[in-house]
Amino acid sequence: MTTSGYAVGSLLSVAELKVEDVAAILAATDRIEWMTAAEKARLLVGRRIALLFYESSTRTRTSFELAAKSLGATTTLVSDKSSSIEKGESLKDTGLTLRALGAECIILRHASSGAPVLLARSTGLPVLNAGDGMHEHPSQALLDLRTMLARLPGPGARKVNAKLLDGVTVVITGDILHSRVARSNAMLLPRLGARVILCGPKALLPEDALGLGPGVEIERDFDKALRKAQVVMMLRIQRERLAGLEVNLAEYIDRYQLHTERLASAANAPLVMHPGPMIRGLEIAGEVADGPNSAIEDQVRHGLAVRSALLVRALSTGGFESVTV
Amino acid sequence: MSDILILGGRVVDPASGIDAARDLMLRRGRVTAVELPGRLTGAKAKETIDATGMVVAPGLVDVHVHLREPGQTYKESIKTGTMAAAAGGFTSVVAMPNTVPVNDSVAGLEWMLDEARGACVKLFAMPAATFGSMGEEITDFHELQRSGAVGFTDDGKPVLEDRVMRTALEAVAGIGVPISQHAEDTRLTGGCSMNAGQVAFRLGLRGMTVEAEARIVERDIQLLREIEREEGLRPHLHVQHVSTARAMEAIRRAKREGLHVTCEVAPHHFTLTDEAIGDYDTNAKMNPPLRVEMDRRAMIAGLMDGTVDCIATDHAPHARFEKEQEFERAPNGITGLETALGLALRVLHRGEGMVLSRVIELMSAQPAGLLSLEGRGSLSVGSFADVVIFDPAAEWSFEAKASKSKSKNTPFDGAAMLGRVVYTVSEGRVVFKG
Repeated sequence: MTTSGYAVGSLLSVAELKVEDVAAILAATDRIEWMTAAEKARLLVGRRIALLFYESSTRTRTSFELAAKSLGATTTLVSDKSSSIEKGESLKDTGLTLRALGAECIILRHASSGAPVLLARSTGLPVLNAGDGMHEHPSQALLDLRTMLARLPGPGARKVNAKLLDGVTVVITGDILHSRVARSNAMLLPRLGARVILCGPKALLPEDALGLGPGVEIERDFDKALRKAQVVMMLRIQRERLAGLEVNLAEYIDRYQLHTERLASAANAPLVMHPGPMIRGLEIAGEVADGPNSAIEDQVRHGLAVRSALLVRALSTGGFESVTV
Repeated sequence: MSDILILGGRVVDPASGIDAARDLMLRRGRVTAVELPGRLTGAKAKETIDATGMVVAPGLVDVHVHLREPGQTYKESIKTGTMAAAAGGFTSVVAMPNTVPVNDSVAGLEWMLDEARGACVKLFAMPAATFGSMGEEITDFHELQRSGAVGFTDDGKPVLEDRVMRTALEAVAGIGVPISQHAEDTRLTGGCSMNAGQVAFRLGLRGMTVEAEARIVERDIQLLREIEREEGLRPHLHVQHVSTARAMEAIRRAKREGLHVTCEVAPHHFTLTDEAIGDYDTNAKMNPPLRVEMDRRAMIAGLMDGTVDCIATDHAPHARFEKEQEFERAPNGITGLETALGLALRVLHRGEGMVLSRVIELMSAQPAGLLSLEGRGSLSVGSFADVVIFDPAAEWSFEAKASKSKSKNTPFDGAAMLGRVVYTVSEGRVVFKG
């Protein structure tokens, strides 16, 4: 247990990751990726991992599950629709039950911000936050980082430190207010030297976002922001949310959709990213999503690799080295 | 023979303007003598308390507590809640009506105030302002007041509708008790679990805005104005647990204007900010929520310049299993009776230089006066023998597990306190000995 009361190896928020931790996770990701399937399958052989999903998910759940299986671990999926959660069991009791059944690590997706903290505290198990409410999605920020390092000219070869992303401007556009991906990226990337520009209308991007930390700016004019971007990350727009916030959909598309002409007018041919699920024709044009600058499928691939490393980290008692060397 | 003699202490009784060495005689539940040192030596008593080095003050008065009885005695009972009060130096507490069922009838009020409940200090109650605290139809204020109501409130919720609030205010005008308002525009706070701002954004939690509190305070003040102009009535509005600079400023201006507005501030609002939530600590979740430093400073400014009439705890016990939930699901509220004096002395007296007698006044004479609690909040001869004796120099750490309350939901577990209660006397009976 750490002083914060959660098991070592937990990943609840990017805020708890030191730059050295990020470096270690990325290095382990590389090592695991180079292993043969047979080598990988020995890493967590016989270990038991529970996926506790209170919200639906395609890529996060599948990639954690596939990652765990490729490492030799046994997984069990508990979702709110088919369990005692539906009968009103508390998160704490569900966690204790999973622990009693032998789970050694819990991957949690939950609609309530901060839920992973509660689960980690009450079970003492390593908990991986697979997205909590509007709060964070730390594994997504790490896979986004790895995607950038792989695709951007330059930084991929550098040492992972506080200057790794010097000179890189990442524009994150869309529904920042409700986005855990935006929060995790905006908190992680500046600590590696990136400049993060958040972009969107006031209703989806309040000034309070500046409190995410130094290195975070707000620019409401997407075209202006794009001109500075090496990376542009688009976020999903939910129609029903726009309606609730009285944001006009047509006007939103006009001002904030990433389409071919807009991308062409950007100075640096920025890398296009999207954490998914994306709504083609709304926040992003189909041609851009499928275009040469798009790294969207790379993100999914890196997700599998990074999540493998996070699982090894969660279940290793002696740090990465004990498992991966 | 007197019941209790308290000798050698520094008597701080703001109601009678005393802050000096005095000896006290308590008899048959009343203060019977307050004399210069030496004059009472030789008097016989069942119990003599040596108060050398101690402050002897009127028992503290808390106009805002939740004792959870009837209906939720797994959180607290009138007996355990008043024991916590006694441990904190309080000898009069005013129970809020959001029990199960809601205290909105004479029968409910009488049941609550019945001796059989086992209160160890004086228990007062504010019944609901509207039936079931549903905000629709006002309760029978006259009947309830005859049965002991000291005010009316739907606390936990506001009286939201303009028309209902106006009716309620008009109905209390002339009967000498306030409408005590939980100022929150609940139309603006759905799904919110903390203060709106940078911390809420970072934690991904929906926040209650300053407007949600201030708008109701400003609306209520406007109603007072209209009622005075149109009906010639001067009802008493009491604003509960003020937490924002904007609401404080509205109250300051209304007082200057001469309207009958009073207000309270809770110790947590002058001690902590929303940063105290840290990693989703549900023991720092209450309503109104912890605000930002600018608001905290405004609470202190209001306490210093007299805009604030009293300190009230909003003691709100909850069971551990209820607080051990997702932040957004956990109930609002923290315990407060045993930490109020220690925080007030540390933050206001030592930190801000507020004189000791003024701290005492905000916790005794003023709250008693504001609800016209006869014979409470004073040590003058003839008053109830409600006394707190505390060591003003004692520095200690509060330990939640040692609390007399059934619940331990406090953000002040392990927090530094200044001033420790050594005796609490309620109507001549020693109810707490430290």
